[in-house]
Amino acid sequence: MAGAATQASLESAPRIMRLVAECSRSRARAGELWLPHGTVATPVFMPVGTQATMKGITTEQLDALGCRICLGNTYHLGLRPGPELIQKASGLHGFMNWPHNLLTDSGGFQMVSLVSLSEVTEEGVRFRSPYDGNETLLSPEKSVQIQNALEMTKRDVPGFAIGGLSGGESKSQFWRMVALSTSRLPKDKPRYLMGVGYATDLVVCVALGCDMFDCVFPTRTARFGSALVPTGNLQLRKKVFEKDFGPIDPECTCPTCQKHSRAFLHALLHSDNTAALHHLTVHNIAYQLQLMSAVRTSIVEKRFPDFVRDFMGAMYGDPTLCPTWATDALASVGITLG
Amino acid sequence: MVCWQSVSVWSVAGRVEMTVSKFMAIQKALQPDWFQCLSDGEVSCKEATSIKRVRKSVDRSLLFLDNCLRLQEESEVLQKSVIIGVIEGGDVMEERLRSARETAKRPVGGFLLDGFQGNPTTLETRLRLLSSVTAELPEDKPRLISGVSRPDEVLECIERGVDLFESFFPYQVTERGCALTFSFDYQPNPEETLLQQNGTQEEIKCVDQIKKIETTGCNQEITSFEINLKEKKYQEDFNPLVRGCSCYCCKNHTRAYIHHLLVTNELLAGVLLMMHNFEHYFGFFHYIREALKSDKLAQLKELIHRQAS
Repeated sequence: MAGAATQASLESAPRIMRLVAECSRSRARAGELWLPHGTVATPVFMPVGTQATMKGITTEQLDALGCRICLGNTYHLGLRPGPELIQKASGLHGFMNWPHNLLTDSGGFQMVSLVSLSEVTEEGVRFRSPYDGNETLLSPEKSVQIQNALEMTKRDVPGFAIGGLSGGESKSQFWRMVALSTSRLPKDKPRYLMGVGYATDLVVCVALGCDMFDCVFPTRTARFGSALVPTGNLQLRKKVFEKDFGPIDPECTCPTCQKHSRAFLHALLHSDNTAALHHLTVHNIAYQLQLMSAVRTSIVEKRFPDFVRDFMGAMYGDPTLCPTWATDALASVGITLG
Repeated sequence: MVCWQSVSVWSVAGRVEMTVSKFMAIQKALQPDWFQCLSDGEVSCKEATSIKRVRKSVDRSLLFLDNCLRLQEESEVLQKSVIIGVIEGGDVMEERLRSARETAKRPVGGFLLDGFQGNPTTLETRLRLLSSVTAELPEDKPRLISGVSRPDEVLECIERGVDLFESFFPYQVTERGCALTFSFDYQPNPEETLLQQNGTQEEIKCVDQIKKIETTGCNQEITSFEINLKEKKYQEDFNPLVRGCSCYCCKNHTRAYIHHLLVTNELLAGVLLMMHNFEHYFGFFHYIREALKSDKLAQLKELIHRQAS
């Protein structure tokens, strides 16, 4: 009767994911997450708004791009403005006025990236604040406390976060770990791959069976003047764009591409104000969201493998010129390129 | 640096000698609706200028104007733009009057009163000059002034015949992390007045709140027309910047949130503050127009003066 007992414990967790379509070749899936602040279509890319804001853009702009879930950071918010204040502001949703879903991470990444400021003890991880030098003990209890005050949805969501894989391991190891993880996880629960990322990685990891992604890359690269496009990226500071009066991407529907030219953005990047960064942040988020939307549609319309081939063709000039690790990863789930 | 042929400006690309032809070539490319003519405004950048130098600035500016008008006559494209004549003359009454009279003789679309910028005390003395200058100008052409943007100074200039102002004041306020909160509704309903008074007692009390702060590119003092959102007292203030304001920031966010964004150096702080500060400032100008129409400028002036320190 051990089998029956196991079945019962699996059924007790609330179902928040509904699968809408599955790729017949790879492990790609299209689905829906039913979260407290609305439904979210998967696969989904979640922009990162570390300190209760998406850097430089308003929640209205983010909503207009179709974003329905984004990330907040437990460690940073726990320090500034702190859980007590956020509680008084009716939670993180109220504080930043975001009507859709929020995911807050556990602060674990900060454990790795700020390791020189930390000391692991039996009680937890003791941090020295980079802002004022004060010490904080991030114990399991405190982490949970902060997360509860921030109304984090993750704790209530029975899904799986695949973490610890965006820190610099080789791509070859990376895809194998992802594939291994998804092969072991139940189909009907969301798989959240933390810290991923680049367009190619997103497409490959969808093929490997992941549903949710977050990464600072698109918003960070925007602030360095880089615009994401199907062929890679455009370094708009470069002189070659000085008199290029086309939009970043003629196929893109974001406000930046509707209203502004590469030449204008180039000029802004060489001026003394931050306007370009806002426009590029809007575009790069739009790019990621539109990419995920296109991926999802291709899965629903049962042509995901063709989509992958077209995507790699655009990105690398020819599907066969795709990086080896990606070719291997896709092959492992039945998708061949060229 | 100015000479009879050109005005030199320094940019990231080094020194640019702006001759009349170069200047007009740029205007031809830009195709603005109207543009301020090339002029010699160097006297306002220097202290204690000789009358000889002031005289030169008026003569040169008139020469530039005549040359620009001539080039405009020769170009169909340039004729679509309106030229604004610039009135110079430093602090010398005789030269100011000469500049005004001579410029008014030319077919310009309006007048820009240059050289009136400076700190509040210098404006005091210059306001007398201003009245005399505008008296020489035709009633039916707009008068612009550069370098004046503070609410109290704006009203003083309006009383002396000025029509258009630059809006760098709300921008400076934003750059120092502040929000405009001054009242300009000279005919509020009594209930609202009571509510405002109760809510903003602290702001009105702090007449001594002038502090010198250093922010990037902005060494201006905080005025009594604004609140400094970086102050700790706003950390838990869940009110909008200004109650009743219909800007995006006030409709969607709180003082506490703006405080958080400023403390964490987030880009969004400036975005939200700029939206509010522009809306507030333009709202002020709307009330100025209403006051002028209903002959209530004195009430508005009194209200603004009560809030200036």
